Amino acid sequence: MTGNGRLSRYGLRFVALSYLSALLLLPIGVALVKTFDQGVGEVITQITKPDAIHALKMSLLTVIIAVPLNTVFGIAAAHVVVRTDFRFKWAINALIDMPFAVSPVVIGLALILVYGTGGWFGADLAAMGIQVIFSTPGIVMAVIFVSLPFVAREVIPVMQEIGTDQETAAETLGAGPWQTFRRITLPAIRWGVTYGIVLTTARALGEFGAVTVVSGNISGETQTLPLYVSQQFETFNSVGAYSASLVLAILALGTLLSMNLLRRREETND
Amino acid sequence: MTETTDELPIESHGIEVRDVNKDFGDFQALRDVNLIVPDGSMTALLGPSGSGKSTLLRTIAGLEVPTSGQVFIGGEDQARKPVRTRNVGFVFQHYAAFKHMTVFDNIAFGLKVRKKNRSEIEERVNELIDLVQLTGLAKRYPSQLSGGQRQRMALARALAVEPSVLLLDEPFGALDAKVRKDLRTWLRRLHDEVHVTTIFVTHDQEEAMDIAEQIVVMNGGRIEQTGSATDLYDQPANEFVMGFVGEVNSLGGRLVRPHDTEILPVRSPDSVEVEIDRVVRLGFSGRVEMLTVPDKQEVWAQLTRSELETLNLESGSTAYVRPRPDALTRKDTGALDGTFREVSPDIHRPTYAGPELPV
Repeated sequence: MTGNGRLSRYGLRFVALSYLSALLLLPIGVALVKTFDQGVGEVITQITKPDAIHALKMSLLTVIIAVPLNTVFGIAAAHVVVRTDFRFKWAINALIDMPFAVSPVVIGLALILVYGTGGWFGADLAAMGIQVIFSTPGIVMAVIFVSLPFVAREVIPVMQEIGTDQETAAETLGAGPWQTFRRITLPAIRWGVTYGIVLTTARALGEFGAVTVVSGNISGETQTLPLYVSQQFETFNSVGAYSASLVLAILALGTLLSMNLLRRREETND
Repeated sequence: MTETTDELPIESHGIEVRDVNKDFGDFQALRDVNLIVPDGSMTALLGPSGSGKSTLLRTIAGLEVPTSGQVFIGGEDQARKPVRTRNVGFVFQHYAAFKHMTVFDNIAFGLKVRKKNRSEIEERVNELIDLVQLTGLAKRYPSQLSGGQRQRMALARALAVEPSVLLLDEPFGALDAKVRKDLRTWLRRLHDEVHVTTIFVTHDQEEAMDIAEQIVVMNGGRIEQTGSATDLYDQPANEFVMGFVGEVNSLGGRLVRPHDTEILPVRSPDSVEVEIDRVVRLGFSGRVEMLTVPDKQEVWAQLTRSELETLNLESGSTAYVRPRPDALTRKDTGALDGTFREVSPDIHRPTYAGPELPV
């Protein structure tokens, strides 16, 4: 019995680790080695090219706009789903998940249908001098769309878990809705929110499909980092592609690490 | 039932509830509830689960809006007054501690919300920490406290804002028996010190009788009777109250208290045949546990030692029981069926623990 148990335990670990290695660790490791093939100097040259820097700025801009908007929306949506009751709640719940279900390319195409030159609002917007598709607003909209569910999905279970007792207690003690939210609800759901923000950031940084469709992929203008990486790879500048990938990876890792640090510091304070 | 006292100046009451009804869809949680809680008193809402006691408490707090009727606190109509401006202190069964705040910050919450200055908050909170005997634990988090300590913190938090009434929803329900007993004695003493009009909800008759001046017995959304522990015990309004407050036997369709249950060696016209199950001698008094014949209903009698000696009962023998001539009895309409063991674990009812009897 015990021998069998041990075998299955180690077997399971082996399978899990091999799976992770083959799909994740190995390719990322090789990419990392490949990046520094021609030395650190070459990497720096590659990532300081004007087009690379522009792509980085573009990516950061989308993150700076999309993440706060989706955080506010996510918390509000979670509140609606968990704390209120009305007939079409299931519809809201399903809508939140839609960006998970629909392919990003389809999302990009849908945005073109509505906001493109031949689309519903395209002509009117163009008349007002606003260009959405093949421009920054379109990219930001695409990124917001694809990264919309994360905060809501992380916060909903936490909100269900904490229940309403603490909020009700705050209310009896004289706190208004905003005070209750800021002093009681937000601290209670903070790790759900934080994790949601990390996931949203990662998704916003990495989004490729929807952005490709709506941006027009004009280097130095409407190119985000993933598009830049792809273009460098296609034009046989593999060091440029890997270097830019490294920047992307560092950004994502940085977000993850800073969350973990924050959390650790808070736990030692408790 | 409580009389509505329209003539009395309502200013003299801590809390008054007038003709309150509350429906949840098809379910009537409260029906024509009228209640007066004297200023500075301690009142218990007692009843089985689903009797509406918690709904009544939450309605007074403003956490539920009555379908009809009025609630007055300190003579002031509370209709349309949101919870946060009612100035009630509310204590929840499961503490509702703010988990991310220290004991100090939990207690200070209401004062901070009211934008009191810092030195005032500090003084008041420290005073309360001493009052609820949590001295030295100000910097702890709720997760580092025992259940009893958490509930005392919740009480201090509710008292911090100097509420006009204190409402406690099964405050000791989540605690074990020993802590529960200590805490309720402590609450009574605290009440004698702070004198705030207090209502607490309980399903434990012993708890209600122990510390409340006024007990409100509820059943099926109605108030069955309001009165002191003695009133309820000696003059129960109906069989529900009689059975819920104190112990009862059902003898031939009538409810009778164990100390009013007489055991006879021979049959008499109004007696019920029983088989003696167990005789327990407790110093000067004793308890006789019996099973009726033939339907095996548990019945028990409380007797003095001399009565026990005269009767000289043995387990397995046959005897006859009836209410004493001057006994308080109520018709047994089955209103109590199922409410006992499920709801009031503290009510002592003898259970048959002997070998299987031959049928």
